[in-house]
Amino acid sequence: MKIIIVGCGRVGQSLAEKLNADGNDVTVVDTNAEKVKMLANRCDIMGVVGNGATLDVLSEAGILGAELFIAVTNSDELNLLCCLLAKKEGNCQTIARVKNPEYAKETQYLSEELGLVMAINPEYAAAEEIARVLRFPSAMKIEPFAKGKVELVTFRLQKDSPLIGQSVKDAMAKLKVNVLIGTIERGEEAFIAGGDFVFAEKDVVSIVATPKAANDFFAKIRSKGHSIKDAFVVGGGDITHYLCEILERSNISLKIVEKDYKTCEELAGKYGKATIIHGNAADRELLLEQGLENAGAFVALAALDEENILLSLFAKEAGAKKLVTKINRIDYDGVISRLDLDTMICPKNIASNSILRYVRATKNTQGSNIERLYNIIEDQVEASEFIVKDGSPVIGKPISTLHFKRNVLIASIVRGESVIIPHGDDTIEAGDSVLVVTKDLVLGDIADILER
Amino acid sequence: MNFSIIKRTLGWILVFEAIFFLVPLIASVVYWEEEFFTFLFTILLCASVGGLCLLGKPKNKDIYAKEGFVIVALGWIVMSLFGALPFVLSGAIPSFVDALFETVSGFTTTGASILSGEEIDGMARSLILWRSFTHWVGGMGVLVLMMAFLPLSGARNMHIMNAESPGPTVSKLVPKMRQTALILYSIYFVMTLVQLIMLLCGGMPLFEALNTAFAVAGTGGFASSSSGMAGYNSYLQIVVTVFMLLFSINFNSYYLLLRGKVKDAFNAEVKTFLIIVAVAIGAITLNLCFTQIDSFSSVGEALKHAAFSVSSVISTTGFATVDFAQWPLFSRAILILLMFIGACAGSTGGGMKVSRWIVLGKGAGHEIKRMIHPKQVKKISVDGKVVEHEVVRSINSYLVAYIFIFVVSLFIISLDPVLTGDFESAFSSVATTLNNVGPGTGKIAGPMGNFGDYSIVSKIVFTLDMLIGRLEIFPMLILFAPSTWIK
Repeated sequence: MKIIIVGCGRVGQSLAEKLNADGNDVTVVDTNAEKVKMLANRCDIMGVVGNGATLDVLSEAGILGAELFIAVTNSDELNLLCCLLAKKEGNCQTIARVKNPEYAKETQYLSEELGLVMAINPEYAAAEEIARVLRFPSAMKIEPFAKGKVELVTFRLQKDSPLIGQSVKDAMAKLKVNVLIGTIERGEEAFIAGGDFVFAEKDVVSIVATPKAANDFFAKIRSKGHSIKDAFVVGGGDITHYLCEILERSNISLKIVEKDYKTCEELAGKYGKATIIHGNAADRELLLEQGLENAGAFVALAALDEENILLSLFAKEAGAKKLVTKINRIDYDGVISRLDLDTMICPKNIASNSILRYVRATKNTQGSNIERLYNIIEDQVEASEFIVKDGSPVIGKPISTLHFKRNVLIASIVRGESVIIPHGDDTIEAGDSVLVVTKDLVLGDIADILER
Repeated sequence: MNFSIIKRTLGWILVFEAIFFLVPLIASVVYWEEEFFTFLFTILLCASVGGLCLLGKPKNKDIYAKEGFVIVALGWIVMSLFGALPFVLSGAIPSFVDALFETVSGFTTTGASILSGEEIDGMARSLILWRSFTHWVGGMGVLVLMMAFLPLSGARNMHIMNAESPGPTVSKLVPKMRQTALILYSIYFVMTLVQLIMLLCGGMPLFEALNTAFAVAGTGGFASSSSGMAGYNSYLQIVVTVFMLLFSINFNSYYLLLRGKVKDAFNAEVKTFLIIVAVAIGAITLNLCFTQIDSFSSVGEALKHAAFSVSSVISTTGFATVDFAQWPLFSRAILILLMFIGACAGSTGGGMKVSRWIVLGKGAGHEIKRMIHPKQVKKISVDGKVVEHEVVRSINSYLVAYIFIFVVSLFIISLDPVLTGDFESAFSSVATTLNNVGPGTGKIAGPMGNFGDYSIVSKIVFTLDMLIGRLEIFPMLILFAPSTWIK
């Protein structure tokens, strides 16, 4: 696929690297020659220096042959202008990053008017993810499928979890909830769970279930207080704005510490429900005075990664039950994940991942019928959603009689409004939306899961 | 320093060289020459040494700028060492230093030879073809060819391209390196083929046409017989003149032409290049008409020889239709000047490259303006684009390093007894090797002379100068910096 990316910030960089690794023809555009050069030396892409909202630069970048145009500069207005020009000039699909909370309401309208296939707001996506995690504190990641009817929830088995030492079969028989254990990640390795697999401490488990069943599941495996009533938030930036908005009508109350008085006033004026504290979050006394040790969750959203990591570690020690830490620099992912932090949120990564998912899905769906694609474990395990068409060889037979390839798991079947977590006797019918989890396997069509 | 990836890349270079040797091998079969065994042995040697280097997988495939430079510099040295073997093994050039000089002269597309006319006429045809074929391989660069077929080092191939391709800045044509390399070689291949057909149409025998096509395409200049280009008819000489110029224009321009961007194709560098060529031809023609009109049958004849010589020198090919060492001093001075100017960046030609001179000239102009208006802020721009400070700086230091190497070489050469005080020969010998032209002016270095009489020391200096000139100085110099080799 021929792709042009305008903006070589963190989102642009990680997008360029990943899209290039997927084998796409990537051209990056930025006004900063230094950044363009650095990126062009690091991966096999072409760089153009200049303003992406001018026709000269666009044509130099090859807008005429481009299939996808992504504008991820720091400025919303510039992104939209770039996309407008690219659409008119090159007739390609366009994706823009729009992050200003003031445009949030207009984004939908603008996307339609400008013909964007996607408007991405990293901060809003991050806030949504944080909100999901606060509702489901045991989870590390939650990914909705089939328009939210099914969720793929990933969580880590803690020391006190009753699941440890049990096999998958026994555990499911005991719990009696309609949940499917999808994958288990142990150390560097990933497995598709068979019935005899035995859980161990620190395993990262992913389950597929309806939101309600997932709720029940976590209620059963968690002995004490699995719901969060209040969260302690550090920093009053865009993410905090969105978070307040999303949690406005929930029963989670927020306490926000922000050092800029004007920002405090702004937040206080907009969101009456939240408690806004004016002060420096780096002040230990202030945090303790505000009851950090009793907080249900601690959400670090300050500007600097170092501050967020430090404060999170301190909050953990002080007694906060759930940690959410914002990280901007993804390069040091490996080091940070070894620290004892629960959930890490990287807004830029969320943004680049959702664009990446879109590109992979459009590429995969050319000639196949994947609806949505999700990487559960990077480069190893994927979840693909299919709409089953008439005449597919998988239709009508009980699942236990089908000959699957190794490492294939039918995770859920959505038929109309009902969700089936499949067992041996269930069948797949035409029109179903089927979620398939696979390891080391690239699918083009649902029929690819069968042994030939 | 990532030694394992360097070793691996060198291994691939040898494997590719074994494949290149198939060309003279086939020729030796066609002409039924005993050199067949020489080439067969060399192929087996290259392939086995290369194969040994390819054993074992490198842990880390990352290369940075430093590794890129070292790979290119060592690659060219290794390639030349093995390329010289057939000459020594067959006994055609018994001394290894001479054979190495000849091979380096071939790969770097210089075309300076240690062989006299009689020696060339007595040489096996397969060896002659190998000599010319080294021009074709060296013209576009062997690592660029490898990139078209192999995933050399994942995504970081840009460093290798930077080190091997001539010119101050290198840009890709399309996002993927592999496609870029393929496009460049396709253009190169097609242009060589067109030229070959046009030469054949003019009545040139196939063997000579092949040799000439390879030598012109790489802007090399090895002739396949002692008579050189002088023995051919006017049509063939004009065809060669035109193709020498075509191969010294930036290949990016041809790609732009193919995509219909005529305006972009004729950029400042190409325009300047063509203007320099036109002015030089005009000046030399006039000079010849006023001083030596008796030696030419007509003004047209003088124009043809002037055009041929100018194209030959500025493209750094080095063919000759007449002995321009006999021309008046003014014409010789122009030719020596053209050696230093050289071809366009991104072509197969050598020299300092027109684009560097444009930036240097504009920089000097700005300096003068700044003396008049000390506070004036000025940026050098070419084709409406500002040239980054970093590029200007590297061009300036390139000039300094260039002059330094030139002077040092000249001092060493001046000790050579064979020169007997002939300063013009000494000066033009260094200029012609450092700029990858081939013949110079003066008695020894002129088109009718050869480098065979120089001492061993001088020959080694010339060999190094040719490599330094082709790889544009820094990749070679970096080999001598101790910090390159410290882990």
